[in-house]
Amino acid sequence: MKFSGYLRPDGQVGTRNYVGIISTVVCANEVARAISDKVNGSVAFSHQQGCCQTTPDLDRVTRILSGLGRNPNLASVLLVGLGCEGTKMPEVREAVIASGKKVETLMIQEEGGAARTIAKGVLIAQAMAIEASSMIPVECGPGHIVLGLKCGSSDTTSGLASNPALGMAVERFVKEDAVVIMGEVTEIIGAEHIFAARARDKETGKKILDLVERMENRAKTAGADMRGGQPTPGNIAGGLTTIEEKSLGAIAKSGNAVVEAVYEYGERPCVKGLVLMDSPGREPELLTGLAAAGCNVIAFTTGRGAPQGFPFVPVIKITGNEKTWNHLQDHMDLSVHEVMDGGETLGQAGERIYEAVEKVASGTRTKAEISGYVQAMDIYVTGPVI
Amino acid sequence: MKRHALVIKDMDNVATAIQDLSGGQDAVVGMGEKTISIQLTQAIALGHKFAVKEIAKGGNVVKYNSIIGRATRDIKIGEHAHVHNMESLRGRGDL
Repeated sequence: MKFSGYLRPDGQVGTRNYVGIISTVVCANEVARAISDKVNGSVAFSHQQGCCQTTPDLDRVTRILSGLGRNPNLASVLLVGLGCEGTKMPEVREAVIASGKKVETLMIQEEGGAARTIAKGVLIAQAMAIEASSMIPVECGPGHIVLGLKCGSSDTTSGLASNPALGMAVERFVKEDAVVIMGEVTEIIGAEHIFAARARDKETGKKILDLVERMENRAKTAGADMRGGQPTPGNIAGGLTTIEEKSLGAIAKSGNAVVEAVYEYGERPCVKGLVLMDSPGREPELLTGLAAAGCNVIAFTTGRGAPQGFPFVPVIKITGNEKTWNHLQDHMDLSVHEVMDGGETLGQAGERIYEAVEKVASGTRTKAEISGYVQAMDIYVTGPVI
Repeated sequence: MKRHALVIKDMDNVATAIQDLSGGQDAVVGMGEKTISIQLTQAIALGHKFAVKEIAKGGNVVKYNSIIGRATRDIKIGEHAHVHNMESLRGRGDL
């Protein structure tokens, strides 16, 4: 494959070229959005975190915002804070500067309120957007792809068609030196014996089992049967009965690729090939984690029709459900439903997914991008709000 | 022959419907290259499962050659297998 991408100073490649307006705390979201609304070529990242949390969560928010700022789909970054938050703004700033990008910061309390911050931010972001628009994309290869995997609003067609088809595409990307990141640790519960057996070595296999155990224990602390939460009511309506069944279908989206390493939420892989990242299954938190880890494109399989996209990483929707394909045309990018009745082989469907990633990486817009359904974002935290 | 449902692996005791099926219908169930016929005791919606072997109460329900849960009552051949007669064994903070 070949695609036109934006080469960043740190060697990563963007498939998009936005100015990122990143809110560093829940209290600055409105201002970040107001700035972005006035600047074509910019996108805002907002979330519900960044203050009144325990130290591990605040450190995590700082780390995730740093990762988002370094994502290669952003040409430059404007950080917007309130001025009294728990997030460590200087650390975020330093991390993004270290990637060679232009970074500016604004604090609402220092600037004299929202109106002044918005006015100043709009001018800064406009200048950044003009500079970004003059960048010329260069020819890149599959080794520059960092592909995130997600399945959402799954039904049993996910395990029969869309996930195994995506798995075929993943096997090819891995062979061609791409990085592929899978999250959704909840959806390995019940399938960990198969997934861990695919680990590069014993130590990695043990890390997989530990991560799954940690996630299952989190679910158990609620003192209830997690069914209804996982699988979701929608999954159940689609025919999925237990988390074990959902998981066995979910792991198929990584094919039979070797699991090279295991990472914490939003951590940037330093190896090529397939890796597992800690994260729950819910869309905003997972998509944000994938973006923070450096994904420049995301492949998202769905059974019943999940519409979510992310502000600055294109999300490709793949369904194996013919009804969903016919019914939700403004959200689905491609269908592989013919795999189930033998109209297409898994290999052929996998090739079509591979080609879709190639086109989207070069700039073809996804349905989520065109429809503006791109606000699925938040940071996964594990402790209480205090 | 057009397949109505699929058994994914040879050890499985449930099939998954790949289209909406009616009660009383003889469903053509694909198992790899071969097909078998199973008479359905009730309507099965696209994506839902039915038993292709008798599953006794407390027995394992198997799909993808792996255990996906346990029968909470006897499940007859051709009967819908879902949350009303199956339970998960994992993530159970209530046990």
